[in-house]
Amino acid sequence: MNLATLSAGYLRARPLQTALSLGLLALGVGVIAAALIVVAQLEATMGRDARGIDLVVGAKGSPMQLILSGIYQLDAPTGNIPLADAMALKKSPMVRKAMPLAMGDSWRGFRIVGAGREYLDHYGAELKAGKYYEQPMEAVLGAEAASRSGAQVGSRFTGAHGLGAEGEEHAAPYTVVGILSPTHSVLDRLVLTPIESVWAVHEHGEKHEAGKAGADDDREVTVLLVQYASPLAAATLPRAINAKSGLQAASPAFETARLFRIVGAGIEALRAFALVLIAAAGASVFIALYSALEERRYDLAIMRALGATPGRLFALLVLEGLVLAALGTAAGLLLGHLFAGALGLWMEAAQQPPVSARHFEAGELWLAAGALLVGVLAAIPPAWRAYRTDVSRTLAAG
Amino acid sequence: MPREIIAAGLEQRYGSSVVLRVPEWRVAAGERWLVVGSSGSGKTTLLHLLAGLLTPSAGALSVLGADLRSLAGRTLDRWRSRNVGIVLQALHLVGHLSVRANVRLAQYLAGLPQDDAAIDSALASLGVADKAERLPRELSQGEQQRVAIARAVVNGPALLLADEPTASLDDESAVRAADLLIEEARRRQATLVVGTHDARLKSRFEKTLVLRK
Repeated sequence: MNLATLSAGYLRARPLQTALSLGLLALGVGVIAAALIVVAQLEATMGRDARGIDLVVGAKGSPMQLILSGIYQLDAPTGNIPLADAMALKKSPMVRKAMPLAMGDSWRGFRIVGAGREYLDHYGAELKAGKYYEQPMEAVLGAEAASRSGAQVGSRFTGAHGLGAEGEEHAAPYTVVGILSPTHSVLDRLVLTPIESVWAVHEHGEKHEAGKAGADDDREVTVLLVQYASPLAAATLPRAINAKSGLQAASPAFETARLFRIVGAGIEALRAFALVLIAAAGASVFIALYSALEERRYDLAIMRALGATPGRLFALLVLEGLVLAALGTAAGLLLGHLFAGALGLWMEAAQQPPVSARHFEAGELWLAAGALLVGVLAAIPPAWRAYRTDVSRTLAAG
Repeated sequence: MPREIIAAGLEQRYGSSVVLRVPEWRVAAGERWLVVGSSGSGKTTLLHLLAGLLTPSAGALSVLGADLRSLAGRTLDRWRSRNVGIVLQALHLVGHLSVRANVRLAQYLAGLPQDDAAIDSALASLGVADKAERLPRELSQGEQQRVAIARAVVNGPALLLADEPTASLDDESAVRAADLLIEEARRRQATLVVGTHDARLKSRFEKTLVLRK
């Protein structure tokens, strides 16, 4: 027997009140933990995907849409731009690296992206099986696209027009020649092929013949991912591009920050709601302990008569608050990871960036400390009342 | 250590009203005393003074050789837990603890080793050993009273106090409860002081202190 077992015994003896306090605390902690886990992973993923890309050049439209589609492969592209314009930019002294991408088709929901080898190298791609593509209509699958589709090296498939699952299928088949190891980047969810494949499929329609593409002058790409050669380029290049009709330049850093500000407002509202839940849980702990004092006053008095010091009664009540808070916090953190896991499953099914339930954030420790503090603070007023129990008067009244 | 109780000019007041006055009282070790008096005469107050739950307003009180006015706080709590066993009219067993845990509570709060053999012995001597794992609500009133007595005696106190232990019992149960207290006190060579207005107990005690309003 010790104070902890005594505290646990009292809590077990009041299952409904205990469950209410635990439930409120677990829910509040769970929502905040889930927000921490999900946002941190999305920020990390988006940061990884955008690393080394200073500018995205594409057709005029929404700059955020351009970033979402060009880097993260999440939104529909704003349109295409002439290949000649892209190549001219690539030769600019202000550009260190430029990676043109051609998009527009998909296979089983995975986007087919026409790209040069430098795009794969940018994300540190390594082959798990097969070889890199060399010819049009050869394809290399990202790790997730391969594992979820079940395709192997040598598999053949046809792309569908558009980025959804319902697009009309092109007749020209791709052949899988390689499968990538996981890069934990956007590559994992893509079907990669030479840009010429995309041109060929679209220029020749259903009568595609590999290797017979149209003239360079007519060709288009969807976006150009640009890395500056110097900081000076950041000041002049976007302005120069935006001044040109038909082209738009968008900064990933700026647009991603804007996106998180927009999403952040929702997350802040969610956090505020969760904080209200935690405060309600604190009130519930307080009410549970305080209201129980009336029926426990003889128990506490007899404990004093049996030798318990006032400090020990104080500690007993505080420990009850702490035990409630600890159980609620543990359940809440578990719930938060389960929420994140469920969201991750949904996002995986929708070919969205990965979110794992097994990710741990340092912020969770602060959250746990805060929730424990709420439990202790809520227990202090009833503990103080227990401390001041008038043993003689209480026992005489009983 | 002298194990007697000596009260001289003992007085307890609440505000301006005197609720207890004991000019002189001496209890030798191992004696069994009945403290009688009408309601409000100060029986409970005297028992609480003897247990160190109250501090006398005036006069001297030495219990088992300890001047209770000189003890306070943790020292007084520790002294009480190891030297005094208390049985109350309302038995105040802790409802969610088993019979065994209720008795163990006295050992734990006294800071003594939690000794199952001592618990079993106390429960067995009071005839409730087979109820050790039950909850108090599963016991009869008489059985609960035995458990309360077991909790009071498990630490081997030199002084056993009982406040109206028979108030709600029928004749047969009242006599049995008094006999149990006397028997436990005798077995442990403890001094027994019982506060009551129950005339049925008078014949079973060798000495009586009468309190008046």
